[in-house]
Amino acid sequence: MAILITDRTPVIVQGISGRIGQFHAADMIRYGTNVVGGVTPGKGGSRVLDRPVFNTVREAVAATGAEASLVFVPPPFAADAIMEAADAGIRTAVCVTDGIPSQDMMKVKRFLRRYPEDRKMRLVGPNCAGVISPGQGFLGIMPPHIYMAGRVGIVGRSGTLGYEAASQMKALGIGVSTSVGIGGDPINGSSFRDILALFAADPDTDAVMMIGEIGGPQEAEAAAWVRDHMTKPVVAYIAGLSAPKGRKMGHAGAIISAFGESAQEKVEILNAAGITVAPNPSEMGQTVARVLALRAAA
Amino acid sequence: MDIHEYQAKEILARFGVPVPRGGLAYSPEQAGYRARELGGSAWVVKAQIHSGGRGAAGGVKLCRSEDEVREFASTLFGRQLVTKQTDANGKGVYRVWVEGASDIAQELYLGFVLDRTSERIMIVASAHGGMEIEDLAATDPASLQRMTIDPAVGLSEFQARELAFALGLKAGQVAQMVTILRACYRAYRDLDATMVEINPLVITGTGELVALDAKMSFDTNALFRRPEIHELRDRSQEDPRESTAGDYGLAYVGLEGDIGCIINGAGLAMATMDMIKLAGGEPANFLDIGGGASPERVVRAFRTVLADRNVAVILVNIFAGINRCDWVAEGVVQAYREVGLTLPVVVRLAGTNVEEGKRILEGSGLPLITADTLAEAADKAVAARAKLAA
Repeated sequence: MAILITDRTPVIVQGISGRIGQFHAADMIRYGTNVVGGVTPGKGGSRVLDRPVFNTVREAVAATGAEASLVFVPPPFAADAIMEAADAGIRTAVCVTDGIPSQDMMKVKRFLRRYPEDRKMRLVGPNCAGVISPGQGFLGIMPPHIYMAGRVGIVGRSGTLGYEAASQMKALGIGVSTSVGIGGDPINGSSFRDILALFAADPDTDAVMMIGEIGGPQEAEAAAWVRDHMTKPVVAYIAGLSAPKGRKMGHAGAIISAFGESAQEKVEILNAAGITVAPNPSEMGQTVARVLALRAAA
Repeated sequence: MDIHEYQAKEILARFGVPVPRGGLAYSPEQAGYRARELGGSAWVVKAQIHSGGRGAAGGVKLCRSEDEVREFASTLFGRQLVTKQTDANGKGVYRVWVEGASDIAQELYLGFVLDRTSERIMIVASAHGGMEIEDLAATDPASLQRMTIDPAVGLSEFQARELAFALGLKAGQVAQMVTILRACYRAYRDLDATMVEINPLVITGTGELVALDAKMSFDTNALFRRPEIHELRDRSQEDPRESTAGDYGLAYVGLEGDIGCIINGAGLAMATMDMIKLAGGEPANFLDIGGGASPERVVRAFRTVLADRNVAVILVNIFAGINRCDWVAEGVVQAYREVGLTLPVVVRLAGTNVEEGKRILEGSGLPLITADTLAEAADKAVAARAKLAA
């Protein structure tokens, strides 16, 4: 099953005619992702990568039955593209775009709440590497060959640190059900808690690796949720032990500005919630292996 | 992006926030002239730097004569002001603001920030202003009032009124406070701010509310649509290495250690720094080369890291997804040739085109130290540093 994307999910790419959109769409198709078309306003009727291009998401959904969209639209127009996808009935949108103004994201989050739960689109990102269900398909920019198919979910803010975790796990023979990058922006579509809830309900996921970093309240919020609701084991790592307070570390959201936002404080919060925290980033895979072995023995 | 106090006051005044009359000076003589122009018998002279805590650092003074204004201003110009919020180098004073002294009966705190929990703009206010918000939160948390604003509706008048009454304002001041709150909110929203702070917002002896200080920060992602804000950027207030690196698409933050880091992705960069620390070393910097980095950008990353004279070893750690290991490897080789590298360089490559990347490094014949894993890379960098010291 996996979460968010399987080998059957019909996918469109918003911004498919652009150089970057086309490059990554080609990669997704090569991997076996069910890409059924693309959207570029003004390019409707043309074909890219042997797929039909539409002027609007609504037309694309009507013609192809698309359920998921990968948004590869430049920052000034990305928020609008996300809202267009939500209004056209897309179920899951993944936005890779880095640099969307935070007030645009505030507007997007408010807009998504207009829809009843059964029609509400799930947004992953922005500023993320995307979502991959190894062996089935992916929506994003990750190098797919580093993931082995299996039964551990990964959710993380950072793209490259997610790659690091997946490759450590692969080296130990541990596969991934789905890996989800939620992005490094202060306001994002899905939080750690949202994705953990999906993994909790997924029969093909046995455990979850959660990769957080300094800044923001979402790791603490996820810890509370895990303590109260999660029955599957969760392993975590928090990046930024050596980050000074008040300095932004690359991601717009990675800045220690309040109590509970430093790596050390987050590690304590996660530990207190019963989450196993990897002692350092090179032991993410080993920590997952240890937790899985303990569970198998129990 | 930060701006100066006087710029924030000009902006907020345009939206309807009452501010004291004042004038900007680029020299002590001009400061004296501003005082005469303003009239009165007492003036506050304030160093304009992008930092709070200026008062405690000696950057603000109440002066009672034009001569005193000139004299104090002459001690400020060209000085590096070190405050609680700056690093040890402080920030240079090149502009001074002179304003008429206010008669203060009470100091309030007023801040607008992005609240990441509610994902909305939040007002934080207190009837006890003057000190830094962090200190206020530590010493008097009960005095803090918080209120979030629905972006679809904006700040309602009733909300502003509730807040004003909660701060204990008298009937005559509530209307003034409502005007100020709504003005700050509009400025925040219309200009893509990330922070508006008035501290202190004072009640004068005659019962008027006036913004005695003002701070604004802006969303750099929105500057493309706010050219009038972009123009206010003051590079003299930025770390020159960080802003030059930024011009080349590199996110760089200078730190205290001696192992220079060149990494892709903010999360992996932080994790690599953590590994260096665990291995017993100290990272000299955070550096994210970003996505799709060309060999030229990698060379630029080397130059940026090497500009820090403390750097003794360089660690390159790339897990390529949207990047390409072969481009990075070419960049490393080019950097060696162009920059004339003499320090030990540890390189770890993984992900997209890793085999080509490794072949380029091997074929170069350069004395590179290669590593296959994150742990190995950090250990080798720290070992290379130890060898230099021995």
